[in-house]
Amino acid sequence: MALYSDKVMDHFRHPRNVGVIEDADGVGEVGNAKCGDIMKMYLKIDDDTITDVKFETFGCGSAIASSSMATELIKGKPVSEAMTLTNKAVAEALDGLPDYKMHCSVLAEEAIRNALEDYYTRHPEKRGENAEASIED
Amino acid sequence: MKIYADNAATTRMSRTAIEAMLPCLDEICGNPSSLYSEGQRAKEVIETARKEIAQIINADPKEIIFTSGGSEADNQAILSAAAIGQKSGKRHIISSAIEHHAVLHTLNKLEKLGFEITLLPVHENGMIRPDELKEAIREDTCLVTVMFANNEIGTIQPIKEIGEICRARKVLFHTDAVQAVGHLPVDVAEYHIDMLSASAHKFHGAKGVGFLYAKKGIRLSSLIEGGAQERGRRAGTENVAGIAAMAAALKESIANLDRNAARLTAIRNRLIEGLSEIPHSALNGDREKRLPSNVSFCFEGIEGESLLLLLDDKGISASSGSACTSGSLDPSHVLLAIGRVHDVAHGSLRLTPGEDTTDEEVEYIIQAVKDVVQYLRSFSPVWRDLCSGKIKHII
Repeated sequence: MALYSDKVMDHFRHPRNVGVIEDADGVGEVGNAKCGDIMKMYLKIDDDTITDVKFETFGCGSAIASSSMATELIKGKPVSEAMTLTNKAVAEALDGLPDYKMHCSVLAEEAIRNALEDYYTRHPEKRGENAEASIED
Repeated sequence: MKIYADNAATTRMSRTAIEAMLPCLDEICGNPSSLYSEGQRAKEVIETARKEIAQIINADPKEIIFTSGGSEADNQAILSAAAIGQKSGKRHIISSAIEHHAVLHTLNKLEKLGFEITLLPVHENGMIRPDELKEAIREDTCLVTVMFANNEIGTIQPIKEIGEICRARKVLFHTDAVQAVGHLPVDVAEYHIDMLSASAHKFHGAKGVGFLYAKKGIRLSSLIEGGAQERGRRAGTENVAGIAAMAAALKESIANLDRNAARLTAIRNRLIEGLSEIPHSALNGDREKRLPSNVSFCFEGIEGESLLLLLDDKGISASSGSACTSGSLDPSHVLLAIGRVHDVAHGSLRLTPGEDTTDEEVEYIIQAVKDVVQYLRSFSPVWRDLCSGKIKHII
């Protein structure tokens, strides 16, 4: 029995959107090396749409796969939609994660949320426009 | 290429061990406790194995009892010593911080029952200091249990010295020798060992079988009740085939011990040399006093599970002490005990090649590890911060 689904292994072996965006509009970092997982997300946002996203991850197979899948799920999407991304959606898109690895999908959700918060901090005027979407926070 | 480099986890059964096992699954089908000849044939197989194993570790056959493996032997040895100590009010046990969980968890259990446990620290190279053991022994110490060789970092403890100290202070000495038996010369008399645990599948025997040596006069408590097998010290019909294979595997390992050790040491040294070329890497454990087959490294800026999965893709089976491979949040207690901080301990790799590993395979492993570490670092935010100077290199 394999530890991970084929989807997890595919995103782990061939992670999408790996790298750095030097002039990112929002950057989010979560986790710490002590726990063994750190994710960093970089967003490029134009006209309230995520036009590009890159990530860097220090972590296990499911942490890398979760980062990769999360970037795929928000790329090209409106900011308001990205704000609603849940860890469950990331895990489901990966055809599931082992129970003790679910925190990896939580980190992916949080990394994206942090990057979007960073974007709003830089552009406070945008927050009002997307207030509806961030009510859940 | 397929390279099995996780022999500390388990080994492939040797042909000799399989051959020894087969008749016990077929024509020798009796129950060793039965009095008719079919049963007595099975009994003979077990007693021959007991004699052979006893001879190899320089013990008496009556001092060997067969168990389901190393963990059971560890449990039984420690619980027996605790029961003996309890009778005379001795409720203090000394062990080390890098023991296998079969030992540590048993000690935790005893602690809850009112025993006091002292875990000796290990120093940077993973060795305990005999002087610190001497100081730790008290009037009420009933047991010292220190592993012969460590499963993760391969360090070989000064067993003879420990044995001499315990003998002089009249304290029972148990050693978990699961990684040592079949790989290092083990002589219970010379090393003053009172109890010793071993597991067959670590030396090319079958899984699910091992033995406990307990010096004559030590009253063992049975963990399993229900029969007179093993002279009342371990109930349950014996694993005849497993026991026969264990003796055959051990005899073979001992016959080839010097040759295997020489070959493994050469492989190990080349792997250490090659992997040391990776920047910000560090060998775990003592450079010299280590098992011939153990190579254990930490690499900064990466996480062990990803490393293992990518090595598996390249056909290499290896192991790690990272949290993610253990299903817990903490990395290996052994790596933490030798002073590796969490961040570094997560990036660990253990390679335990076999004696049949070729030079070509060794070079392939070195290159594969170099490539995978470099690849994982290429998108590690930790590595980026280390390189930019935002955080300081530890190793």
